[in-house]
Amino acid sequence: MENNHRNVLVFGEVLMGKIVPITLELLAIGRRLADDLGEELYLMLLGEGTGRLGEEAITFGADQVYFSEEKLLNQYNSDLYTHVADSFCRRVLPSVILFGHTDIGCDLAPRLNGRIGGGLSIDCMDLSIDKEKKHLIMRRPVFGGNAIATVISNRVPQMATIRPKTFQPLEKNLSRQGDVIPLEEKIDPSLIKARVVNYIKEEVEGVKLEEAEVVVSGGRGIEDKKNFTLLKELADLLGGAIGATRVACDEGWVPAHLQIGQSGKVVSPKIYIAIGLSGAMAHISGCLGSKYIVAINKDSEANIFNVAHLGFVGDWKEVLPPLIERLRELKGK
Amino acid sequence: MNIIVCVKQVQDPEIPPSKFKIDPETKQVIPPAGVPPVISVYDERALEAACRLKDKYKAKIVAITIGTDKASEVIRHAISMGADDGYLLCDPAFESKDSFKTAYILSKAIEKIGAFDLVLCGRQAADWGAGQVGSILGEMLTVPVVSFACDIDVVDTGLRVKRVVSDGYEILEVPMPCLITVSSEVGLPRLPSGMRIMLARKKPIPVWKATDINIEHSLLEKGHEHTEIIGLVVPERKSECEIIKGTPKEAAYEIAERLVSML
Ligand SMILES: Cc1cc2nc3c(=O)[nH]c(=O)nc-3n(C[C@H](O)[C@H](O)[C@H](O)COP(=O)(O)OP(=O)(O)OC[C@H]3O[C@@H](n4cnc5c(N)ncnc54)[C@H](O)[C@@H]3O)c2cc1C
Repeated sequence: MENNHRNVLVFGEVLMGKIVPITLELLAIGRRLADDLGEELYLMLLGEGTGRLGEEAITFGADQVYFSEEKLLNQYNSDLYTHVADSFCRRVLPSVILFGHTDIGCDLAPRLNGRIGGGLSIDCMDLSIDKEKKHLIMRRPVFGGNAIATVISNRVPQMATIRPKTFQPLEKNLSRQGDVIPLEEKIDPSLIKARVVNYIKEEVEGVKLEEAEVVVSGGRGIEDKKNFTLLKELADLLGGAIGATRVACDEGWVPAHLQIGQSGKVVSPKIYIAIGLSGAMAHISGCLGSKYIVAINKDSEANIFNVAHLGFVGDWKEVLPPLIERLRELKGK
Repeated sequence: MNIIVCVKQVQDPEIPPSKFKIDPETKQVIPPAGVPPVISVYDERALEAACRLKDKYKAKIVAITIGTDKASEVIRHAISMGADDGYLLCDPAFESKDSFKTAYILSKAIEKIGAFDLVLCGRQAADWGAGQVGSILGEMLTVPVVSFACDIDVVDTGLRVKRVVSDGYEILEVPMPCLITVSSEVGLPRLPSGMRIMLARKKPIPVWKATDINIEHSLLEKGHEHTEIIGLVVPERKSECEIIKGTPKEAAYEIAERLVSML
């Protein structure tokens, strides 16, 4: 690919004054790509207070940190962020841009791509460099995770979103050198077309799904809302959280935020207990990182048994009550 | 209110993984025999969102799709759900997996349809799932874009959109015309009535070729793709599941003991 685009840019995210883990993970993979390309690694940080995070980002692999202390950028706004990222990229001409597959990345990357005319692959699980052709090779699940496609971009910038926890951050290296550079551009607030007027936080009681060591997940086979209380009981006994398939969320048996899978949450607990769910790839891709998967399904052919470690073929309604009872005994509750 | 909904026909994503087959040479997926293609899930929910607006306000819904002649089925499905009209964009030159091409073709069709207040797209397709056609289309149409909507309503200033974020929802206000991508949290789509199914069956579905929508053919030629799929594999998953034998109660006790030993 003949062009004058150089260097790898990570689009950084900050929460409560700190660089979020996914950004450090992107710096790690970004570092590797930049080294393979023989180019530099840039990081972009937006919002008040980001300037003082630059030095830290350098210890995690960045060569140059660009930041804007503009107040208007404190909260994510799709229109403003797209504008700022677009004008920055037109000036700096990165060859590669990496985003987290996060609320921000999933919105910003496609819009920026639409404006700048690059090539974007979302939800990448692996990135590498074709050293001869000097282009980015991206691997991503397609068809709900039934297949993995290898994608290249014929345009620059070559862009990718990457799921959190796909890569490990680098060890902090205090001897690394780099530059921290302010972006001086003034932002015109009239660029805001879609305005956020409210934010509704979904209250979770108990353990947070993404952080739970045990997840008890139910699907269509659970049949109704009431039955899910039994799953909740099991989860509580194990100090875990409940999750669900899209079917269970669609039916309104559990809130939409408990959906696990390709288009829901990705969890990697110690133990994942899958009950009355078939194990569609689109669901499995959200829990494949689990250390130990237990499946209860009345269909011995269900795909969940292809990924589970321990399984029982039968009706969960006959298994769950004695399971809960026995756990109570064992735990002395 | 004039609403345009972009929909796509896809291979049924709900076939069991064991039936999923690919041809690694051509990097194509081999459709399973006897399973008819379906409308992509998120697009169906985009239609549902459009129909809900039409239930409440005076609205006209037009559905468009790019596909083979078989894809007129998804337009009929859209009409059976509540769309007023639909067009099939069908031309060998349209064959592509490139999001920019897709968005470009859609933008030209929308230009031909005329004035619109709202364009709705699914957040991503159920097959290749590139997740960007809506956003690119919004940029091409130079209208504001809101992504991952689960609820849309009309307010003085335009539309009020509830969008899904990882730990809750954002409420946004956006002027019209605009483009909104729709997420599955909209909820289940309506079941078409028998009468609407009849109506959809009788409705003529106009077919537009590249020349009908003033497309610059050179832009569709090979080599203009922004991204290219150079490999396709089915990940190998070997089953090592230990199946517990015995009665449900025995199994329950066994599972309980294993769980406790692991925690
Ligand atoms: C683009 C796309 C994205 C998607 N994203 C997601 C996602 O993020 N998350 C997700 O979950 N899905 C997602 N899906 C949907 C997914 O493909 C499946 O449709 C869904 O996961 C199936 O849910 P299920 O297992 O609950 O239902 P089913 O597939 O219907 O399975 C129900 C299972 O329950 C078993 N069962 C029934 N009764 C009992 C009983 N009494 N005891 C024991 N077992 C019983 C049955 O044997 C069956 O195996 C997506 C699909 C697409 C196309």
